[in-house]
Amino acid sequence: MSNEGKAPQRATRAEVCVVAVAECFRGDGEILANPIGTIPMIGGRLARATFEPDLVMTDGEAALVRNDEAFEFPGGTVLEAYNPYRAMFDMVWSGKRHVIMSGSQLDAYGNHNFAAIGSDYGAPRVQLLGFRGAPGNTIQNTTSYWIPSHSRQVFVEHVDVVTGIGCDRAAELGAAARYFSLRRVVTNLCVMDFGGPAHRLRLVSLHPGVSLEDVVAATGFELALAEPVVASRPPDAHELRLIRDVIDPGGLREREVPETASA
Amino acid sequence: MRDKRCSEDDVVAEIASGMTIGIGGWGSRRKPMSLVRAIARSPVTGLTVVSYGGPDVGLLCATGKVRKVVSAFVSLDSIPLEPHYRAARQAGRVEEEPWDEGLLLLGLQAAAWRLPFLPSRVGLGSDLLRLNARLSTVRSPFDDGEELVAAPALELDVALCHLNVGDAGGNAAFLGPDLYFDDLFLRAARRRFVSVERVVPTAELLSVAQTEQRMRVNRTMVDGVVERAGGAHFTSCEPEYRRDEAFQQRYATSARTPDDWAAFRADWLDVSESDYQARRVALS
Repeated sequence: MSNEGKAPQRATRAEVCVVAVAECFRGDGEILANPIGTIPMIGGRLARATFEPDLVMTDGEAALVRNDEAFEFPGGTVLEAYNPYRAMFDMVWSGKRHVIMSGSQLDAYGNHNFAAIGSDYGAPRVQLLGFRGAPGNTIQNTTSYWIPSHSRQVFVEHVDVVTGIGCDRAAELGAAARYFSLRRVVTNLCVMDFGGPAHRLRLVSLHPGVSLEDVVAATGFELALAEPVVASRPPDAHELRLIRDVIDPGGLREREVPETASA
Repeated sequence: MRDKRCSEDDVVAEIASGMTIGIGGWGSRRKPMSLVRAIARSPVTGLTVVSYGGPDVGLLCATGKVRKVVSAFVSLDSIPLEPHYRAARQAGRVEEEPWDEGLLLLGLQAAAWRLPFLPSRVGLGSDLLRLNARLSTVRSPFDDGEELVAAPALELDVALCHLNVGDAGGNAAFLGPDLYFDDLFLRAARRRFVSVERVVPTAELLSVAQTEQRMRVNRTMVDGVVERAGGAHFTSCEPEYRRDEAFQQRYATSARTPDDWAAFRADWLDVSESDYQARRVALS
């Protein structure tokens, strides 16, 4: 169903999140946009289909593809290049990449954990993903985070294990961390960057229907505030049409951030 | 050219308790599952398993074969957390030596090239250096003097991989989207075994592979070849078959209770490989 020619419909929270993810890639130019997860993938595709046309993106497997669709390719894929895992590390280590990762814990400096919960790594209370590529991603290319459920379980004073390095640890490393670049954290409630004192997390914008109190209550440390904190940008009519009709016609975004649970 | 064809049991006979084994594939993709099942049925214990981990690691943990896992993750891809691995880790039954995905590549590459280590910036500042006792740092001898992480060579006693097609001498090709790091696992190991969907005469390898660029395993890298159609089941082996998601779900839910696991084990592990293959075909 096309929305072209009609007054813009109200965007869902998930669609606001998609735009917030897309905005992470603004200015990146000709690099690999590698957003991992449902809403990140849609956001990356949206950025490329609108204001960042030079971005390169994967099909989720071993190819770089030109398609605007995020998940299903009914007309097939338009291959730009072969990109197996080995080539992915070449992209990471040469710095031609901006990754968006998920996270189970983040502290105020952006130290990241998705390996395990608990103080004993030998027998963790909860075994999670492992270190995956987080140490390499954070020290070798630009990194942002997508947190679909903003809570005090995620935003903690201290992470149990540092898988991806934060701004304080990067500062201690000095020149060795010269390619470190933490860009943004997008959640189901808001957008944050690292513009706070000593590069701490700072609230930049609130999604429609979310109050400052909501975010503070869901964050386990003192959050710096941009001056002013603004409203997250909703998609315009063109972006909304792209999201709904082209990039994610199956509506997977609404499963990740359901309208009822977050509104 | 020697004929290196053998059975899963022949391969397992070369694996002793306490060995370090490397397993190719990635997550729940193109894993040598018939070889993994054969190990699971064997009396071997105390293995160190190096893997871009999937159900290979989970199954060996669930059957008590593993002392230590050397990996950056253990995942079923469509089910992000491997439930059998989780259970073993949370009970403290299995040690994990954590690696970054890319550092693991360097460790295998160092072993393949017979170097003590390869340098990288990966790991600096993270808890990898705290939690992985084998990782160390090294200073660049050049003007930059930069301190780098040294990824130690991951030398393997045995490597196990599953490829799409091979010949009797151990030449083999992948036909799916990605070789992953199978070539490095094979080059990093003292004894190397591949299972393949089918063995063809050498003269037919190129026509099956369609391009020589898929013919990435040569016979100097292989000591034994097991012909096993469906050998990667229930992981994917494209283009022959996709991941068997329904079966994987069955495997995952078997981690819920000891009874569930006992039932899965009786149906799908304590049976011969040919019975396994016949049953899973009947099921689908």
